[in-house]
Amino acid sequence: MAASVPELLPYAKIREDLFRPLSSGSSRYWITVFAALAVVVLGMAAWGIQVRDGMGVTGLNRPVFWGFYIVDFVFWIGISHAGTLISAILRLTDAAWRKPVTRAAEAITVFCLMIGGMFPIIHLGRSWLFFWLIPYPNPRMLWPNFRSPLLWDLVAILTYVTGSVIYLYLPLIPDMAQLAEHNVPWRRKLYRILSLGWTGSDREWHALERAMKLMACIILAVAVSVHTVVSWDFAMSIAPMWHSTIFGPYFVSGAIFSGIAALLLVLGILRRALGLELYLTKHHFDNLSKLLLLMSLLWFYFTFAEYQTVWYGNEPSEMAVFAGRIRGLYAPYFWIMVVCNFVVPFVLLGIRKLRTISTAMISSVCVIIGMWLERYIIVVPTLGNPRMNTASGVYTATWIEFAITAATFAGMIVLYLLFSKLFPIIAVWEFKPHAVEED
Amino acid sequence: MSIDLDRCTGCEACVVACHAENNLPVSSPDQAEKGRTAHWIRVDRYYEGEFPDVKVKYRPVLCQQCDNAPCEPVCPTYATYHNAEGLNVQVYNRCVGTFYCANNCPYSVRFFNWFAPEWPEPLQLQHNPDVAIRPAGVMEKCTFCVQRIQRGKRDAVVENRPLADGEIQPACVQSCPAEAMVFGDLNDPESRVSKLAGSGRSTQLLGELGTKPKVFYLERAK
Repeated sequence: MAASVPELLPYAKIREDLFRPLSSGSSRYWITVFAALAVVVLGMAAWGIQVRDGMGVTGLNRPVFWGFYIVDFVFWIGISHAGTLISAILRLTDAAWRKPVTRAAEAITVFCLMIGGMFPIIHLGRSWLFFWLIPYPNPRMLWPNFRSPLLWDLVAILTYVTGSVIYLYLPLIPDMAQLAEHNVPWRRKLYRILSLGWTGSDREWHALERAMKLMACIILAVAVSVHTVVSWDFAMSIAPMWHSTIFGPYFVSGAIFSGIAALLLVLGILRRALGLELYLTKHHFDNLSKLLLLMSLLWFYFTFAEYQTVWYGNEPSEMAVFAGRIRGLYAPYFWIMVVCNFVVPFVLLGIRKLRTISTAMISSVCVIIGMWLERYIIVVPTLGNPRMNTASGVYTATWIEFAITAATFAGMIVLYLLFSKLFPIIAVWEFKPHAVEED
Repeated sequence: MSIDLDRCTGCEACVVACHAENNLPVSSPDQAEKGRTAHWIRVDRYYEGEFPDVKVKYRPVLCQQCDNAPCEPVCPTYATYHNAEGLNVQVYNRCVGTFYCANNCPYSVRFFNWFAPEWPEPLQLQHNPDVAIRPAGVMEKCTFCVQRIQRGKRDAVVENRPLADGEIQPACVQSCPAEAMVFGDLNDPESRVSKLAGSGRSTQLLGELGTKPKVFYLERAK
């Protein structure tokens, strides 16, 4: 089994294998980039129309004032938990198999946060005034309202973005230093600047190690608090089936769940596209699959606890939402969600014989769909069934919302593809047998 | 404000008056179908019994001007806040349109400007100069005709006399043919509205939520 453990490969080969994708660019790569860019442009055009004409071009109405955008927001912030959280846990527990996984995961976090962070701005009625939420000095001495969960959101997400960029960047430095002798001039320049004059001295390695440990601890706490705050956007309101005390942990576990699914999917694609079969082995997919299975069970437990208590409590306004989800208008989404989030991963990953890389891929796609639907089911039915049932309504998204949603997925692809051409997607230096003695 | 449900005939004169007074846009049929009408006051209908033996009850619903308003703390820009008089006011200029207030309003009485407002000819000629026209992208709601309250108080000051009870009337109150609605100062225990609000027939809409609404519905106790 020696060949299947990347740590045992000769370091020179590892270096060559992992730096190779940086210099070669196939036509298929560029076609994908431009196709994805085209979708991004379409989405931006859709947003342009929305800004020009007003929010009326969306399917939003009274009482469903939040729709796709908030769903997408929670979804992307959720996926962002893939990276940092998983990589931080693996680093802190010193899991030996983490090495080829961490950077891919950390990159997901940064890009998902960039995308997810757009939605609070996109969904505003007057998005050009979004900076009014930021506490900046102004002649009228106006402060934003710190009691508003939206402001907590702003603070939480900005903190998280800052933290995860640092967390992604720190372990990039030694690789940048290695790449500073690259043969393409502009890349040489870029890597030299980014490596911050790293020389690989003992002192620097120790400092890096200390910084990584510290950041891993900090980012873990930040990640948990971010999604708790996101859940409080709902839980702090008095709307039926939003005002729930378990929303914090429910959202955090859901976020990690969808994050692992996204990570598995990205790793599967990278493995194929960059020929990393030697580095991302069945072992890694097996471990992550087990993690996904665990989160699937946890998700099911939380969902069950949430619905069971509402059903038993039998409060009329909550039951209107409950019925809408279980057997009403939103029942198809609800049951697809249950199948995608629980049945499929439970069967495919729970039975050892069925647990392979391809079933892990299938489960991941299902979980990503299921978790998007979960957010839809949390946001829309509650608003569609307000306490005054004389005001209830139905929401149907328009092409504008679909286009912007599609654009974010395409944007993720573009960002990730570009990243994988600029930086080695697997941290090379981590494979160095002894960082101090070689080269 | 108090609204006598036993008097209300559901004629919706209040709705029309509110539209005229507060420069509310007129929704096109397809926008109305999407659920985007804006009526700061609406008349909810509740049916009792089976056809043909049906009883209909009407309940005009407007912003309840809650003392514990759920819409207020959630606004990140203080566009909706409690003013010194206890009114729940909406500052259009400060609103960025997060929709949060509307989602957190249990009465569903907040309205959004989905597009720039439009009026079919010649309704744009009868705009009330005392009321702002709201641009696309901001939230709005019943103000208890704050412009009439301001004018009433100013007139009283100019004429150097105390404000009489019932002198200030929001458009809905003024137009109610059944005189079901009474407006006044709840802080004055002698005012007509205070007495009605304290009567045995007085109820509050979703009062159990603890929002402390300032609209009292009077109905026959069963």
